[in-house]
Amino acid sequence: MAVEILELAHGTDDLVLIGIQRRGVELAERIAKLIEKDEGTEVPRGALDITLYRDDLETVGPKPVIGETHIPGDLTDKHAVIVDDVLYTGRTVRAALDELADFGRPKRISLCVLVDRGGRELPIQADIVGKSVKTGPDERVDVQVEELDGRDQVDVIR
Amino acid sequence: MNASATLGKDLTGLEHMTPEQIRLILDTAEPFKEVSERPIKKVPALRGKTIVNLFFEASTRTRISFEFAEKRLSADTVNVAATGSSVSKGETLVDTARNLEAMRIDMVVIRHPSSGAAEFLGNRIASNVINAGDGKHEHPTQALLDLLTIRDKHGKIEGLKVCLVGDVLHSRVARSNLWGLTKLGAEVAVCGPWTLLPRGIADLGVKVFGRIEEAIEWADVLNVLRLQLERMEKGFIPSVREYYRVFGVTPERLERSPRPITIMHPGPMNRGVEIDSRVADGPHSVILDQVTNGVAVRMAVLYLLAGGRAELADAAKRGAE
Repeated sequence: MAVEILELAHGTDDLVLIGIQRRGVELAERIAKLIEKDEGTEVPRGALDITLYRDDLETVGPKPVIGETHIPGDLTDKHAVIVDDVLYTGRTVRAALDELADFGRPKRISLCVLVDRGGRELPIQADIVGKSVKTGPDERVDVQVEELDGRDQVDVIR
Repeated sequence: MNASATLGKDLTGLEHMTPEQIRLILDTAEPFKEVSERPIKKVPALRGKTIVNLFFEASTRTRISFEFAEKRLSADTVNVAATGSSVSKGETLVDTARNLEAMRIDMVVIRHPSSGAAEFLGNRIASNVINAGDGKHEHPTQALLDLLTIRDKHGKIEGLKVCLVGDVLHSRVARSNLWGLTKLGAEVAVCGPWTLLPRGIADLGVKVFGRIEEAIEWADVLNVLRLQLERMEKGFIPSVREYYRVFGVTPERLERSPRPITIMHPGPMNRGVEIDSRVADGPHSVILDQVTNGVAVRMAVLYLLAGGRAELADAAKRGAE
């Protein structure tokens, strides 16, 4: 996926990786390290918590724990790549797009996800997908990463 | 972390809150600090909510702080002051609020000279009510921002020695601080002239110092209260100059402390009365950090109350993700 991002962005010049809290932040960090190893350049990375941009505060209630948001500098004229673990309804990405717009006007925003599980409710597609899995609404896709969960694993739970 | 705690409909005071609820607000305030540092200081969390700031008493800092918090969450706000409104024509508090509700509002932030006004109102209207100071009773968001500032500075609250200095008797800030600090495990003391300390305060498990020098020797944090001259009906103190001479927090007095003491003040300050300018502007003063944190804490309270209705919390538990 790191290689695909480099191809997509034509190198690391304007590239910024934006991980979505929480697993996306860890994945972005890993991709950044891989690029660093390959290219020898450090890629700026940020973290985004989209809780305050959700469209369902009314129905799910407030999320008590809101993660950190930090964006490395102005995003104007950068190529921002949003990194998340699972792409499902697309609502998280919709919120992330809105939130990024408040940090500048990137020349391009791409989406990179580890798992695309289908089931979109919005016209949103990923540019880079680790693995596509067809799942139903009664199933759950659980991504574990070593940094937070002690191991790397993807489970489909019915 | 605190996933099970919710706040209920209103925030009227810290007296009846649990330590978990207080921590929930402080933890939720953390990410809101960052929102105020963004180039666009606004998130859409409370889009479409209408909030009325109902201020029956003069206020600059608290009213503006609430208004910033509301606007940075994208709520629509209306300010109502007692003067120049139907209140000055004799309308009762409940009638004023019911008329506002008839225009379909979601929340009321109220400051009122009568103790208990916020709770009284909260029990009579369906909107969320937030107490922005009621008489000599409580000022919960001020205490919450004080707690957040102490936690920022010292990394914890439990076990810290915090002394409230001065006019404790007239101070709703002091009352809310006493509740909040003791619930989170701080050691609390008060220091001031006997005429300005409530009777029986020692029975609450609070240390009492009659001399400022003793308080300075003991404390990690001094929260210096404003001498509320406007609330004093008769001679509580001989004169402000006398007060400064005996209880003023001065660099000379602080120098004798074995450790650096964090200096707080809820504002507005009477410089040269309860606090010396060199202390207020000194290296250990966190007075302006308190103001910054005030916006974040109020954003957290508004956010939690706006979506914090019990049935919504249940829906969240059922796993709407």
